[in-house]
Order: sequence, then structure tokens, then C-alpha cells
Amino acid sequence: MAIDTAIQERMNIVIVGHVDHGKSTLLGRLYADTGTLPEGKIEKIQAICRQQGKEFEYAFLFDAFLEEQQQGITIDTARTFFTWGDRQYIIIDAPGHKEFLKNMVSGAARAEAALLIIDALEGVRDQSKRHGLLLSMLGVKQVTVVVNKMDLVNYREDTFQAIEKEYREFLTQLNVVPQYIIPASAKQGINITQVSPETPWYTGPSVLDSLAHFHLETAESEQALRFPLQDVYKFDARRILVGRLTAGKLKIGDRLVFSPTNKSASVQSIEAFNVDPPPTQAMAGQSVGITLDEQIFVERGHIATHEETRPLVSTQIRANLFWLGNQPLEIGRTYTLRLATREAPCEIAAIHRIVDANNLDDRHTQSMVQRNEVADITLRTKSPLAFDLYANFETTGRFVLVDNYDVAGGGIITELVADEQEDFRTEARERDSAWVKGDVGAEDRSLHYGHRAAVVLLTGPDITAKSFLARKLETVLVAEGRHAYLLAAENLHRGLDADLHDLKPEEMVRRFGEVVRLLTDTGSLVITTTNAFPQATKGIVKTVQTLANPIPVITVHMAKNQDGPQPDRDLIFAGPEDFEVCTHQILETLKKKGILAEPQGSQAAVQFSI
Amino acid sequence: MKHIRQLEDQSIYILREAYKNFDNLGMLWSMGKDSTVLLWLARKAFFGHVPFPLLHVDTSYKIPEMIEYRDRLAREWRLNLVVGQNKKALAEGMNHEKGRIACCTALKTEGLKLLLEEKGYTGIILGVRSDEDATRAKERYFSPRDKNNDWDFRDQPPELWDQYKISFPPGTHIRIHPLLDWTEINIWEYIKLENIPFLDHLYLDQGTGQRYRSLGCAPCTSPIKSTSKNVDEVIIELRNSKVAERAGRAQDEGRGMEQLRKDGYM
Repeated sequence: MAIDTAIQERMNIVIVGHVDHGKSTLLGRLYADTGTLPEGKIEKIQAICRQQGKEFEYAFLFDAFLEEQQQGITIDTARTFFTWGDRQYIIIDAPGHKEFLKNMVSGAARAEAALLIIDALEGVRDQSKRHGLLLSMLGVKQVTVVVNKMDLVNYREDTFQAIEKEYREFLTQLNVVPQYIIPASAKQGINITQVSPETPWYTGPSVLDSLAHFHLETAESEQALRFPLQDVYKFDARRILVGRLTAGKLKIGDRLVFSPTNKSASVQSIEAFNVDPPPTQAMAGQSVGITLDEQIFVERGHIATHEETRPLVSTQIRANLFWLGNQPLEIGRTYTLRLATREAPCEIAAIHRIVDANNLDDRHTQSMVQRNEVADITLRTKSPLAFDLYANFETTGRFVLVDNYDVAGGGIITELVADEQEDFRTEARERDSAWVKGDVGAEDRSLHYGHRAAVVLLTGPDITAKSFLARKLETVLVAEGRHAYLLAAENLHRGLDADLHDLKPEEMVRRFGEVVRLLTDTGSLVITTTNAFPQATKGIVKTVQTLANPIPVITVHMAKNQDGPQPDRDLIFAGPEDFEVCTHQILETLKKKGILAEPQGSQAAVQFSI
Repeated sequence: MKHIRQLEDQSIYILREAYKNFDNLGMLWSMGKDSTVLLWLARKAFFGHVPFPLLHVDTSYKIPEMIEYRDRLAREWRLNLVVGQNKKALAEGMNHEKGRIACCTALKTEGLKLLLEEKGYTGIILGVRSDEDATRAKERYFSPRDKNNDWDFRDQPPELWDQYKISFPPGTHIRIHPLLDWTEINIWEYIKLENIPFLDHLYLDQGTGQRYRSLGCAPCTSPIKSTSKNVDEVIIELRNSKVAERAGRAQDEGRGMEQLRKDGYM
């Protein structure tokens, strides 16, 4: 017995496999034979069994719910604690029944290693494969396979070898190499805590000894920094950025860039309560708080990294996804994507194929993904998303989809799919990182002007009085003392664009976007319309957003009437409108988004954005 | 102590997720070792502040030292303490002699329900741990409760990686469990590591050869035999103990806990 030693480390292990292949029995046996059950636990369960007139099973030790014991199945994942050597294991017993796959996934998502159980008599079954596939998607790379119920096949080596061969081949396709494949009988206690004479042909470790061969993954801190922002606090007049480092390290003085906004500042301090002396660096896995030397606009969801090792940014990603929702996943429907701390609306652009666990090469396509299926899909987000490929970074390379209040699926990102803004995004990133700044920062300007820089972009068909409203808005804002400027794109034609002779519309849009960007750097509210670009309205909104990023672009659409589909804008006006009301609504939107401070505002009211 | 720091980082992450995503949040504090560790973790997560109220469901049968300790820390740590009580049941003379499950249901489960209704909390942070009993081992970190406070353990939402359930229909609430992965020993290791003030007169042997291992109402909680006079000795005692932690808690007998928890007990 090794219980009186101090614990040095902890590890989460999940037990998975097809229903009735003996997962809970193995767990019960492991505890019973190592003497790690609380006193009286077996006696208590035995008494309940006697009362109900059924035979005692080791599985009952952890199937807590009355219903689980009555039906003889595990419904939900149980966490149990088990100390062996200097390691504390949290063993997660996951249900094997197909109906409870979401519970199995919840359990396995927490694990660093897995024991996968296969019944020697039944062999490899549906859930044996599906669980193997899900383990590889959930990031559980260390797997030991236990071929259980060997007593039912008289401990025959050839039966074991056939299962071993079949399952090893399956795992190879998933790039998983099992650490051990162990013949065992949980019910009889064979090869559980020690290797038994019943399998003289087996030379590997017992199940218990195999646990020590799982290693703790600590490689994350050797990777490039990934620090997804969780929240921004303003306790005691300090502005503290909190979050958990998912990869890499950071230290005081490091220059950080926040994606997808490309804002940057240096780490001034690392904050902590009841830590003396205060920390000077932080590593992967730690929940920390930092302050910056400059008050830049950052918020939950942004990912901080070092400058040379930024994440990818796009509005389209390709991913392998498993779906657990009650409703099928459908093309065109909107879901909420959550990646690290970022939350973004998204839609399914394409379903390339459904992955069949029993036949990984199968390539059949479908228009929806049913519950418990795995699919290869392309997702599109409304606004640019910072992410990594799963092969490079675990936490920022995966996401969940939320449907109707619940997490309904999870995915790992396999590819960046370039969107039409890719070139502009690169241009903006490179331009911003080389941007020469004066001594007056954006915060100084906003404190002085009573507003943040922003763009109000009016779109819509001809003759909807866009420029009339734009002029009115400029007049009202300036009368209030705001720094607002109406940029008429026509004014660029004979000057900045004189060399283009109307032949390169795309280049004209790019230059327009760069002028908007330049004006916002003066701290101004830039008001403009798409009037000068009748052909390219759809692209122009996106291009202005990309090039002005992270300055907010408020889009206002003026439609001729209320019929038909309207584009996705912050405000939509249709038909003849009262322009006083329109102007008022735009001002309210600017206030609601924290761009305008209340005119009579105190100092506190001006700290709207930062 | 690396494993304790890992648990701390995870719990702080969960507390910050709760604070970010729930407008009307409260934390249950029973003054026992677990919820006091939870309170300490909140001070760590929010840099010495506790930006939500601490809720104590007072059954009126608590050990008097507990109330004294509660009021002292509330003062020293500037806590927003909210005390709830099922006054109607107490006025009707509810006590453990009317049945332990009935008493727990009326004074704790119902007491909590009344407090939630009155204040409209949508997120409640609790210090329950997986190793306390088998039903708690099946909990999620963020666990929904319906309008009647019932726990539908048959159909719990998936919980993937660090993505928790933070949206929910009106009228329901979420129970948040940042200590789910901590064991009883981990709690004591952390109390020692951080030097957290705890009810030492009750949790340590004062020379009588006994101490409380788990604190509840005076009539239903009994001390255990123990000569542990400091936290180190408690940790060694627990490493060698095979008696369940809540063995001194009468309401756990038989299937009491499954029924209690299904109906909204902590």
C-alpha cells in the first residue's frame, strides 16, 4: 500500500468502450483490489443488492443513481479519485451506451489519457470504434486498450491477437499508437493489479501498472504564447486583463499583440493576491492577471501573443466536428461558435462528408449532420476569428457550437479557408505593426474629444438620400462639439485616384479604406456612404471593416421600402423616413456601443471604451 | 504542491467565467472548510475583492462558533453577506426529530429555494466536491436547475473542455461547482499552503481526542475520534483513513443524498 506518501502530481484518466464491455466493473475492481475504497463501501452496496434481490457487481460501486443500478448501465460520467504511488488519478467512468455519447464526450474531454475496454467475446463493436475516433478528436493521445472478459474465451491467445490486430489497425488510421493492449478479466481480477498466470503468453504490465506509464503533458509552456482574454477588471483603479495562458509563457516587459485587432502594448505587471513577492512571469495553464503600459482597447475573446507568432485570422475555417445536439446540424443555420473565450455567430458553409467510424475512408456526403455523427465541414463567421490549427495548438485550435442554450457540438480546426478579405487583412496587419505613432495616443484623443474614433457607413440603393442623412449627421455631431467629418469618396477620384482612370474599382475601394483608416487615426468620427461605388456595395463594407479594424464600423442601410430581404446592418431604415428620427437613432447606437460619451459626462463616463 | 496550483488555476478560471457570464450571481458559504476555500479562491480570482454576495442558508441549528466566525470574516474581508432562513418552517417547529430528510428539505433545500426566489439569482456558486458522495461525482462544473430547482441528472448538457453552460432559459438557474475536482486532502493542503483562517476549534482536536471532519447542523453532525492538532496531522490522518468524510452526517444514510440532491439540495 502506498497511501502515506505525499501526492506530487494529478492526472485525469477516462475509461471508455462499448456498452456492457465492463468499464464500471474494471473501475470497481481496480479500487477493491488496491484497497482504496472507503471502509464499508462494498458492504453498503452488498446490502442494497440483497435488499433488491440481485447479485453484487463491482460496477455498482460507482453507478450511483438508483436507475443506473436497476438498469445495470452507467448513465452519466462519474469522477472518482484514486491515489497510487505519488500520483493522484481522477478516473472518469464514461457511459458506453450510444444514447449517452454526450456524457462520454464530456468525461473524455477532461482526460489526459484513456483506458479503452473491448469485450473479448464480442470483439470490436460500433462504440469501440466511435469512442476511439472521439478520443483522437478530443485530444486524448495516450490510449491503453484492455481486452476484457478474457475468462469467457478461456484466456486464448489467438482470440486476443485477432482483436489486437483489428483494433491496432483502426487506431493507426487515426494516428494513435496504443501504449499497451492488455488481456484481462475485471470480474475475475486477472491482470488488473498484477499479471496473473492465466495469460502466460502475455508479457506486458497489469492495468494498474500501465497507468504509471501515462505521462503528464507539460509541453504547452514550450510552445508560442497563447493568452485568450477572459475579462477586463477595474478593481482599485488598476485595469487588469485576466485569463488563462493556454500555451507558452509571458513575462513583464513582453510586447503583446492582440488578435484579431492587431492592437499592441507591453506587459507592465503581473497581478496576484496573497503572493509575495509578486510574480514576474506566467506559464501555460495558469490563470493570471496582467496590466499593460498603454490603455489600448481590448476585450474578452481577443488572443494575446508575441508579435512574431500570431494566430491565424479568417472568417472561414475547415474543421472536423462531432455533433451531439438534439436537432441535426444544418447548412445555412446560425450557431454560436465559442473558441477559447471568443463567442461569435457562425453558419455552416459546407458539409464535405460524414465520417463513418466503421469505415474511415468512406466519403458520403449529406446536407445535415445527425446527433452523434462526426463530419468534415466548413464554417463561416460573421466577423474575423483568431484561431490556430489543432495540429499546432490544442486549445485555440478547437471550438464548440452552441445551439439553443446548450453546447451541442465540438470541433477541431484542420485548415484556414482563405476568404476574399485575406489580402486586405495581411495589408492591415503589416501596416499596423510598422505604424509610426506620435506621443498622443487614442486614449488621450478620446478623453479630449468625448468619443472614440469610429466609422458610420451608409449603404443602400440610389435615391434613398444617403448623402442627405450623412450631411445631417455631420452637422448634428459637430454642433455637439464632436470631431466628425463627412468623407465623400467622390473627392478621391480627381486626386488620390487620378492615376486609376476608373479602371481599377478594387484598387479604388482599397484606397478609400486606407483613407478612412487614416482619418480614424486622428480620433475622428468618419461619416461616409457607398455612393461612389455603385457596383461594389457588398465588398466595400467588408473591406472598410478589414482596413479600419479594430475601429468600429457602424453600418446603416437605407432601403427603398420594407419589402424583401434586408442586408445585415447595425441599423436599417426603409422607405420615406423622418430624418430627425434617423439621426437620433444613429446617435443612440453610437452611445450604446460606447463610442460617444454622454455630453455632460464626468471623467468616469468618458472611460467608456477602455 | 504543483497539483494544488493546477486545481487553483482551474477553479479561478471557473469563478471568472461565472462572474463574466451571470449578472445575478451569489456564492453559498456555510463557513465549512470547503466553502471557505471557495471564498478564498474568489479573493484570489478578483484580487482581494469578492464581487458578488455570499449567501448563508441559516437553519438556526448551526454550531454557535460558526456564526461568530462568519460575522468576523464578513467584517474583515468586507463581504456582502446575505442570510436566508425558512422562517415559516421554523415557526412551525421544524427540527431533525421530525425526520432528517424532512428537516434538511425544509430548512436547507426550501430555505435555499426561498432565497433564490426572493433575490432572483441566476447563478449560484457552491463548494461541492466529487469525492463527497456518489451523486456529486456525476455533477458538471456548470449544472442547470429547472424552475423547481430540480436536477435532471438523466439529461445533463455536454461540457467540453473549458466551455461551460452559460446560457439558459428564463426562470432556470445554473449551479456552479469550482471545487468539483478537489478532494478532502486537497482542501487541507490548500488551507495550509495559503494559510487560510478556518474554524480550528472545531476542525482540530482541542485535547478531547475528537474533532469535526465535516460541519453541519449541531444535532446531525458528530465529531470523529482524532488526535490531529494541526493541519499537517489532519492531512496524514486523512491519507491513512478509509472512513468516508460524511460518515458523521446523518442525512446521507441510505439513498438520502440522491433524493435530496435531485430536489435541489446542495
